[in-house]
Amino acid sequence: MTTTKKKRKYFLIPSYFAVICYVIFLGFPFLWMFTTSLKSPIELLQLDQTLLPKGIYWQNYVDIVEKRGLINSAKNSLVIAVCTTILTTIFAVPAGYAIARLSKVFSGAATGWILISQVFPVSLVIIPLFMAVRRVGLLDSIWGLVLVYLVAALPFALWMLKGYVASIPLDLEEAGAMDGASSFQILRNIVFPLLVPGIVATSLFTFLNSWNEFFFALVLIQSPESETLPLTLARFMGSEGQVLLGPLAAGAFLATIPSLLVFGLLQKKLASGLLAGAVKG
Amino acid sequence: MSKNLIITKRKRSSGKMYNRGAWKYAIPAFIPLVLLSIVPLVQAIWTAFTDQVAGFNVEIKFIGLENFRRLLTDSLFWASFRIGIIWAVSVTLLALVLGFGLALLLNQKLRFLGLMRVLSLVPWAMPPVIVAIMWSLLLRPTSGPIDQILATFHLPGSGIDFLGDFNTAFPTVIMIGAWVAMPIITVSILAAIQGIPTEMVEASIIDGANAWQRFRYITIPAVRAITTALVALNIIWQFGSFGLVFVLTAGGPGGKTFVPALFAYNEAFKYGNFGYAASMGVVMALAIILMLGVYLKASKREDVQR
Repeated sequence: MTTTKKKRKYFLIPSYFAVICYVIFLGFPFLWMFTTSLKSPIELLQLDQTLLPKGIYWQNYVDIVEKRGLINSAKNSLVIAVCTTILTTIFAVPAGYAIARLSKVFSGAATGWILISQVFPVSLVIIPLFMAVRRVGLLDSIWGLVLVYLVAALPFALWMLKGYVASIPLDLEEAGAMDGASSFQILRNIVFPLLVPGIVATSLFTFLNSWNEFFFALVLIQSPESETLPLTLARFMGSEGQVLLGPLAAGAFLATIPSLLVFGLLQKKLASGLLAGAVKG
Repeated sequence: MSKNLIITKRKRSSGKMYNRGAWKYAIPAFIPLVLLSIVPLVQAIWTAFTDQVAGFNVEIKFIGLENFRRLLTDSLFWASFRIGIIWAVSVTLLALVLGFGLALLLNQKLRFLGLMRVLSLVPWAMPPVIVAIMWSLLLRPTSGPIDQILATFHLPGSGIDFLGDFNTAFPTVIMIGAWVAMPIITVSILAAIQGIPTEMVEASIIDGANAWQRFRYITIPAVRAITTALVALNIIWQFGSFGLVFVLTAGGPGGKTFVPALFAYNEAFKYGNFGYAASMGVVMALAIILMLGVYLKASKREDVQR
């Protein structure tokens, strides 16, 4: 018994070595970002940098929150992400249901279109979207971004939801139909409750993608009042060529924490959601 | 007996009728979809056959395949196209290997797993623009922390501008791309591994299967389907993406990291050639469809063989 235990411990050395490598690879950039956010501008100018700050300097956080319009950008990003998520869910749930349940020809065509829309590079689709947004007068407005993010999010949301619907046994719905429920009643009272985990995963995915999105915002937004969080943070990189390292690190750290918490909590659901769309086609 | 028969019969017919109802009900949901998604796509494809340029009130002419003819001899684009394929495939494979390895570790009973689980999600939770800025700061020559660490331990590579050097820029960007792509792969594969019934593993141990055999005949088949999907999705996403490259190197040095999506973006928004840029997008989409077709067919054939 003891020999096997010893052997097992010995066996684990390569595993722990790999763990250390992964922790450094994944964690070091993040740790460096955090410690940098606590360093004073004077310390950041010194030649011999240490990983741990010599003194804790909270001013970077005060600076980024109060002076640089981070609150306003965060508010814009939040409004955009919430509206996009709600609209995407409203459109994608019934449509995803239809794709999963209707005739083979229809569902094949819809799946084909979803794949094609994923295949087209963003830089191509952004041109007609840019013109369409300009035509309806929503250029440089957060509502224009909501519209664009909705279009961008729908295909993948449909794909995920289709997988979730396909995993719900058809018998349940047929039983409902036998009891005289209308198709809307079936969707609302039978399918929807079973679909809740899938909807949570899809909404989360949509929310984070809109929260993090950069390039549509870069093309469609011009004025500081409509800026989203990634745009504002990118501006700290310094249009004058000067990097405001401390406040930038503080802002980056603040922008990552909420998504990290949500991800940590819902990791399993999200993973199985991606699985559902992929495997139960 | 006869009663039973009637019930099955009725059940089947009601199922059919009910399906027909769902069809009608789905139509309103599809109207905004068509307007918001198919129209811009068709419009984008149509643009590829016109001479449209940026600006208000410019007359747009249909010019047939002219853009494509021009593209065919555009050696700069094809150089970029090659870079794009190397980029998409390398990032996907590297992220797959790293993500698979991490998923296997996370499935073991080791210490610090909680920390590892959170860390494995960090690249996904960070806004991509932050990731790019962060890495470019980390990799700054002389003042960046990575260079300082290399210099302190007298390791090779210190003093090199990783993102600015001809030889290192592309591999470095690929490594960062894999860093970003890892989390989705890790959590998906981990979920598939954890879905393996424990009885199956126990039975195989009783039957005398060693660790390698368990990996080969239980783990690999269990993650096969999700791996195929992940590879396909990642190749699509990576081939069409340019955000990371845009911020890290802007295509440089000397076009070493000039991926085709960035090429098309520049053509459209730097030079204003909407039509020509759209034709690049169409070519890229066709290439991806072709690549995926071959890949999915090959993986299906493998499935049939086993």
